Amino acid sequence: MLLSALTVISRWAIPLLLLLIPLYGFFKKVPVYEAFVAGAEEGFSTAVKIIPFLAGMMIAISVFRASGAMDYLALLLDPLTTKIGAPSEILPLAIMRPLSGSGVLGMATELMRIYGPESFIGRMASVMQGTTDTTFFVLTVYFGSVGIKKYRYAVITGLTADITGFLASLYICNLLFR
Amino acid sequence: MLNVIWLLLLASGIVIAAINGNIEVVTEAALSAAQGAVKVCFDLIGVMALWLGIMKIAEQGGLIAALAKLVRPVMIRLFPSVPPKHPAMGAIILNISANVLGLGNAATPMGLKAMQELQLLNKGSEEASEAMCTFLALNTSCVTLIPATIIGVRLSFGSANPTEIVGPCIFATSTAMVIAMSLDWWFRKKSRWGVKG
Repeated sequence: MLLSALTVISRWAIPLLLLLIPLYGFFKKVPVYEAFVAGAEEGFSTAVKIIPFLAGMMIAISVFRASGAMDYLALLLDPLTTKIGAPSEILPLAIMRPLSGSGVLGMATELMRIYGPESFIGRMASVMQGTTDTTFFVLTVYFGSVGIKKYRYAVITGLTADITGFLASLYICNLLFR
Repeated sequence: MLNVIWLLLLASGIVIAAINGNIEVVTEAALSAAQGAVKVCFDLIGVMALWLGIMKIAEQGGLIAALAKLVRPVMIRLFPSVPPKHPAMGAIILNISANVLGLGNAATPMGLKAMQELQLLNKGSEEASEAMCTFLALNTSCVTLIPATIIGVRLSFGSANPTEIVGPCIFATSTAMVIAMSLDWWFRKKSRWGVKG
């Protein structure tokens, strides 16, 4: 019931925003089309400004993953995470979670294809995919777009949130799905 | 911190590839990732234009300021360094709402708009402000009510109950959010006590 309501909201949210905001602006005597174009103009410069930061991050992540270094890290961490109830298959996904959104989606999809969506691994992969954001993408893109070079404690906070999200997923999945 | 992580990712990848005897993988991965980054950004241009355009209308009509006013009681506690009526507050709220509703492509432009507003308050410094760190902690750990993508994937593999993961997701993200916000609060206090802010 709640879920179907949420699904309706997510389907209607964007069309409604696109209708209501310009309508509201029109009644507030905003030259809506001109305002839209003025805003849209910033889209190009902002998107282009992100390129160097995103390229830097994506190159490092891609080399890390393609070389097999990520698998070694997973192998190294495996004895530790097996003790707390994480299947070895899930570990690469946990490592990639803060690094690459599309990478994680691909891995979760692959795990569900092999083990099925109702398996423990499939469910765990689903929960992890739906938990927390791609921290490094958000940090590089958001800070990069306004020229921030010193991130201060934002990296540690974001990574701690990711580790917490992983541990909490692990706990809840072991509780509900084992 | 980020310099070290970046170097570790790159260097460990190259060393491992060399040991495994497939060094050519590195070249391929690096080049295609560089091209991929440009493609992601170009795909972003259109989406950014759409939402920044809509947001400009909302801004000029006073909608963002009104929204900022509405959530002021919560926001002044989370962002004590931002003036209560500042447009950054409205942009932050729009970004978080988009995240909660799972509207990923609207969230990024709104978030970048919020960062621009915060950077004005930061007087163009190259160092992140406290408000920026809080905003990103909130943003990356924010609850998504409808993880639409993964529900779709589960459905495509014939899951009998594709949405059973929503509850656990909300539990796990909420936990992450509480920890992130507490840690951010602690860092903020600590940096004020310290010599340098």
